[in-house]
Amino acid sequence: MAIPDRHGRFGPYGGRYVPETLMPALLELEEVYERTRRDKGFQAELKHYLKEYVGRPTPLYFAQRLTKRLGGAKIYLKREDLCHTGAHKINNAIGQALLARRMKKPRLIAETGAGQHGVATATVAAMFGLECEIYMGTEDMQRQALNVFRMRLLGSTVTGVDAGSRTLKDAISEAMRDWTTNVRTTHYVLGSVLGAHPYPMMIRDFQSVIGREARKQILATEGRLPDCLIACVGGGSNAMGLFHAFVPDKKVRMVGVEAGGLGVESGKHAARFAGGRPGVLQGTMTYLLQDENGQVNLTHSVSAGLDYAAVGPEHSYYKETNRAQYTSVTDDEALEAFDLLAREEGIMPALESAHAIAEVVKCAPKMKKSQILIVNLSGRGDKDVQQVARIKGVTL
Amino acid sequence: MNRLDQTFGRLNARGEKALITYIMAGDPSLQETEQLVLELERAGADVIELGVPFSDPIADGPVIQKAAERGLQSGTSLRRILESVRHLRVSTQIPIVLMAYYNNIHAFGEAEFCRIAADAGVDGLIVPDMPPDEAGPLRGPAGEAGLHLIFLLAPTSTASRRAYVAKESGGFVYYVSITGITGAKLQDVAGVRENVAKIRKHTKTPVAVGFGVATPEDAARVAQVADGVIVGSAIVRRVGEHGQDGRLVQEVGAFVRSLKEAMQPA
Repeated sequence: MAIPDRHGRFGPYGGRYVPETLMPALLELEEVYERTRRDKGFQAELKHYLKEYVGRPTPLYFAQRLTKRLGGAKIYLKREDLCHTGAHKINNAIGQALLARRMKKPRLIAETGAGQHGVATATVAAMFGLECEIYMGTEDMQRQALNVFRMRLLGSTVTGVDAGSRTLKDAISEAMRDWTTNVRTTHYVLGSVLGAHPYPMMIRDFQSVIGREARKQILATEGRLPDCLIACVGGGSNAMGLFHAFVPDKKVRMVGVEAGGLGVESGKHAARFAGGRPGVLQGTMTYLLQDENGQVNLTHSVSAGLDYAAVGPEHSYYKETNRAQYTSVTDDEALEAFDLLAREEGIMPALESAHAIAEVVKCAPKMKKSQILIVNLSGRGDKDVQQVARIKGVTL
Repeated sequence: MNRLDQTFGRLNARGEKALITYIMAGDPSLQETEQLVLELERAGADVIELGVPFSDPIADGPVIQKAAERGLQSGTSLRRILESVRHLRVSTQIPIVLMAYYNNIHAFGEAEFCRIAADAGVDGLIVPDMPPDEAGPLRGPAGEAGLHLIFLLAPTSTASRRAYVAKESGGFVYYVSITGITGAKLQDVAGVRENVAKIRKHTKTPVAVGFGVATPEDAARVAQVADGVIVGSAIVRRVGEHGQDGRLVQEVGAFVRSLKEAMQPA
């Protein structure tokens, strides 16, 4: 059975928990998307931009030195870091911008954590000539100053959000408030497989190009499917993008890596599956870090893109049905993986993607040399260089 | 009979409109919330709406967000709010409606929450992030407990949403007067009149109008087109200003009296 169902449910997860003001816009979006996804003209247009503007397909690169160093499974990197703007986020931003054009909405808004989705949205807004405003927590603006400047260079307005934890969660709330106020003229380009139906489904579909390519590429190179897929999970769009095409391949193990922060036992983390339980945040029913009264907990991660209290509802469904396993790595493990990939392969991963690499470091050595592992290198690390320097105590 | 129905029935018979006043529970403390409820009633409020502070209130503007932060800082939880309502019921029979985000109710447990809330003396629930489409788990327990589920309609609502939501809503239909979040400015009373008339075609349930009603003049204009006038941010702002200066109850009471006066039929 295809998921989600027509109510936007992945098993018990998902749904549409929003103020009534937004319901008509969500119903319109659902209808337009359902119609458009089957439209050959739209698909051709999307394909054109993904190829000519984003640079797809991205390579599936065999990481020879990393494989040798870890001494186990063959490690392939899906190079989403080579997409235009440096992360997978643009796959979705292009798709939604094309939809916004069809709905004749001249203004885009978006939230951003690490800044990658904000940059991707600002980029496509510039290319399509749309007005664009990006909401970003002030804590994240400090961590990701470079991306803030990039968005402004691209002609977008970046609005700081100084509420709550001043991170991704608060940026989403503020973007939802903007959308509630300006819904008639504005399309909300949500950046991950989160929020109310149809967003988790639609964003999954736009990102699933990652897994479709990877599946074809590994079959061409190795003549068989991989044994395991690994991806980091904040909201979970890069993971869902890689996983989705492999879901029917029951023998392919799928591992999502959450941000363990200072360690799950410290309470300062964003490991929803380790420390959370189902609840409703920002439009969807899903695993959520919350206290016993249902107040949403503050989260911590070195990586702004993973620093979020909830997770995409489809991931909750895969967790509950055991189709995917979820684990976490700490800030320190991710930083070590950042160094490792830079030195062994000459690739600096985004701190988000470094979490996936850290899991590879743990699990590749336990696998046979004949086994194959694909890890989604969802973004490049240039945006994190200043922060890594700060953590290492280096003055630039 | 539910206190909300009694109140709207009584006002209707007299040709009056309901003044529905919102305050955030626990802002600045639950003890002061109880004093404020009694003062609101003395000042002429017909229905009390108690906000339940939530960490991530997506439907609320900055004034109510800050009030929620103050409420959380004072240690307010849904369980403690229900104890306050139970305590208030010793002294007042004014209808009390809770406005709570869904996750607080979900964490409590829908069935247990409805049972305890009704028993404590709550009359209705407004869950701003739960349209009737998602109300399944609350509908049964609320109905059994005799709690009204009050749903919202907005200027963006289509004809089919109006028909659906108006039928689902109990106690009153909450018409959001502006396309936006709480505390924004009321713009278009003619538009409100038109939309309220459209809603009335689908239901005999009273229609109350909120979001953006900030002054006695706003209240007077809205009272001419709806069965009830909901004032939230304008009161909550005064609670924020006077929460620590000893004039809290007096200032809020004076403001609500001015609203009620403006709403009296000429």
